[in-house]
This record gives sequence, structure tokens and C-alpha cells, in this order.
Amino acid sequence: MCLGLPAKVVSIDGNSGNVEMMGVTNKVSIELLDDVQVGDYVLVHAGCAIQVLDEEEALRTIDIFNEIKELGIK
Amino acid sequence: MRNYIDEFRDSEVISKIVQSLQGYSGPRLKIMEVCGTHTMAISRYGLRSLLPPQIELISGPGCPVCVTSTSYIDSATELADNKNVIITTFGDMMRIPGNNSTLIHKKAQGSNVQMVYSPLNAVELARENPDKEVVFLSVGFETTTPVIALSVSKAKSEGIKNYSVLTANKTMPEAIKTLAGDKELLIDGFLYPGHVSAIIGTDFFNYVAYNMQKPGVVAGFEPLDILYSIKVLIDNITNGKIILENMYSRIVSKEGNVKAQQKMYEVFEPVDSVWRGMGMIPKSGLGLVKNYEMFDTAKKFDIKQKDTPEPKGCLCGEVLKGKKRPLDCKLFKKRCTPENPVGSCMVSSEGTCAAYYKYGG
Ligand code: SF4
Ligand code: SF4
Repeated sequence: MCLGLPAKVVSIDGNSGNVEMMGVTNKVSIELLDDVQVGDYVLVHAGCAIQVLDEEEALRTIDIFNEIKELGIK
Repeated sequence: MRNYIDEFRDSEVISKIVQSLQGYSGPRLKIMEVCGTHTMAISRYGLRSLLPPQIELISGPGCPVCVTSTSYIDSATELADNKNVIITTFGDMMRIPGNNSTLIHKKAQGSNVQMVYSPLNAVELARENPDKEVVFLSVGFETTTPVIALSVSKAKSEGIKNYSVLTANKTMPEAIKTLAGDKELLIDGFLYPGHVSAIIGTDFFNYVAYNMQKPGVVAGFEPLDILYSIKVLIDNITNGKIILENMYSRIVSKEGNVKAQQKMYEVFEPVDSVWRGMGMIPKSGLGLVKNYEMFDTAKKFDIKQKDTPEPKGCLCGEVLKGKKRPLDCKLFKKRCTPENPVGSCMVSSEGTCAAYYKYGG
């Protein structure tokens, strides 16, 4: 039940925003976030954006995976 | 954020990590995942079968619906008989059996029970139906509760008086402390729920690592997230590093979502709470604070939840504590199926028994 899905913010209007999720646009509340901007990826749960995805950290994790692929692991 | 999902499902990386895990030759390790979404992903992708036999993944009380007590469902179904009430709920709650009935059964008999995607929709419904009382079945962990808090404070600020919530909200920390301290269970490490952590941050899990000597990882939900997190946890255990590692830093920070925490504790405060199968755990639930008590369904309708026993033969309690597996339950796949669940663990797709039923261990 705690499932959250990543979605891209396409527009913001006061306390709500339109997000795109797998090709579908949905209106969600963005009241629980402080500094969300158009273009951000957010985690959506129960009709509400609850966290902004940190792109730098996402890429860092992907880098670790790429390293594993190249180096092999112990 | 290019091929974000693809890169988290890269099969070449997965096979390298699996290879490395397969090489594990240390002592038997028991790792508990405390999130229904992890349980489901582990079963769906068959991750258990990729691990060496010494590494055992056990499923804890990871689903707020699964740990909701029978008496709560009884209160909800009784309330559904009231012609002036519209019950609103997440879909998962509809099929949980109480002692006498289920919400879906009540709906079929003509009660006004409506599934909503968000508690914010329930407030809308209250605005559109001023002559009815709209009750939201308020269950959830820290991921969901801030959104419910938002719905309550919205109703208040907009002067909507015919909205209320029947609370059974739960918080993770006290339950984890109980499980971490369980002398029979002897868990070696925890796989922590990514989305609960997105709200509460990582400090508490750090505390469990340092003060209760139980290492852990905060993990995301892609197969690679889960496998790599298990690998990191096992490496740490093997090297005697009793620490908390955050492998979901793209979503989870140390402090979590402070705004969501503030909203949650503006509306709710800690209360003792009964967990299905685990019994009463002090201060492990959330009830409305005085300032919002006019939105408390239990107060409005004078509901007192009685203590009711679990269905006969059902092992959900033991399953939720990770002491028994679904296959150990005599009712599994016989009297208890997803179409006709006896216990709550069979109800939603994320329940441990439902995951085992659908995908095998
Ligand atoms: S299966 Fe449903 S009810 Fe059970 S824990 Fe998961 S979300 Fe909750
Ligand atoms: S099989 Fe059914 S009755 Fe048995 S533990 Fe699972 S949910 Fe409970």
C-alpha cells in the first residue's frame, strides 16, 4: 500500500500540479513539498507528491551499477 | 534521468550481483523485509530463488492493511449499515474479512462504500454531499498518513464538517524495535521500506543499527535495488560492520520530508495501537490531536473497538512476525485463497500469503 510511483511534473498551479506518469497526465497535490519545479521527477503516493527525486543521487547509483558491470565484483 | 527504469533493471548487472551472492559461504543469515511492496517484488521477480540457501528472506509486518485489526474492520462494516454514512477507502481494505462481513459484501448489500485513490478525493465527496457524513478509513504507515493529515486539515480550513476519519494509522519505529528485540526471532539484518523512509528519514534506522546492534539497508523497489541492497547488507554483516546503509538515496534523505512530518504531527499524535497478529504495541499508532478531534469518526459515532480473536487456524500473526511461512498454515491454498481470504495476509497483492500464492516463495 505504500507504493509510490515516479512521475514528471509538467505544470504547477498553486498547491497542485499536473504530473505525467507512463504517458498519462494526472493532477496531484504538491502541498507536502517545498521547492518542486516543472521538470522535476516526484514520487506520487495517494494523489500527493511526497518526495522529489534527486537526479544526482539517481545517476550516482546508476554509476555504481555500471562499475559493477565493467569491473565485475568480488 | 534518461532510461531511468531500464538502468535499474540491467540484467547484466543483476547476474553479476547474483553470482557474487551465490558465492556467500558464511553462517546462516535471516534478513527481514518490512515492506509489502518489497515482499511482492521479491516474489514477483523470484529473488528468493536467486539467493544461496544460507540467506533466508523473511517477510515482516509490511502492509498497513494486513496489520489492521479484525475489530477495526468490524467497526467499519457496522458503520456501513448507517444510511447517512458514505464510507470511503483504499481498494485494499474492501476484501479484508472482519468477524461478520467485509466492506465489499456491505457494498453489494446496498451500503454506500466507495473506493478512492486519495483521501483528498474523500474531502471532495464530503463537499458534494453535505447531507451525508463521509468517513475515510484511515490506515497507513508514514508514507500515507501525511496525505491523510492533509485531508483533515483541508476539511478544517474549508469549514467542511461532514468529513471524518476512522483511525488505525501505524508507525514503523516501535514495531521494528519490537521485532529487533525479539529473542525468538533473531533477525540478522533489516531491509527497510523505501517509501516510509522517504518521509521519516534514516535516523531511526541508524539508531536500530547502533543501539540495538541490528544492521540494515534502506532499499528501493527495482529488482536491482533489492538485490544490491541485500549484497551490501551481507557484505557489511560479514565484515562486522553493524551500520545502516542508504541504498535509496535518490529518494531518501537523512532528515526525510520534514514538511510531511510537520503536517502529520499537526494533526496526529502517538497512541497505543493493536497490530493484527502482533498485539498492542505502545505508541505505535497515531490518533487525532485535540485540535482536530471533531474529525474523529470514533468520537462522532461513539465507536468502541472490542477485542476480537483472529479467525480459527489462521497463522497471520506468526506470518507477520516472520516466525512462520504461509506454507506452514494449514488453510493456505485450501480454505484461504485470494478469492476467499481467511486472514488479512491473503487479501491484497502485497500480503505475504497472497505473494506466495501467486508467485510461489
Ligand atoms: S497486502 Fe495490502 S494489506 Fe497487506 S500489507 Fe500490503 S498493502 Fe497492506
Ligand atoms: S494462509 Fe490465510 S489464514 Fe493462513 S496465515 Fe495466510 S492469510 Fe492467514
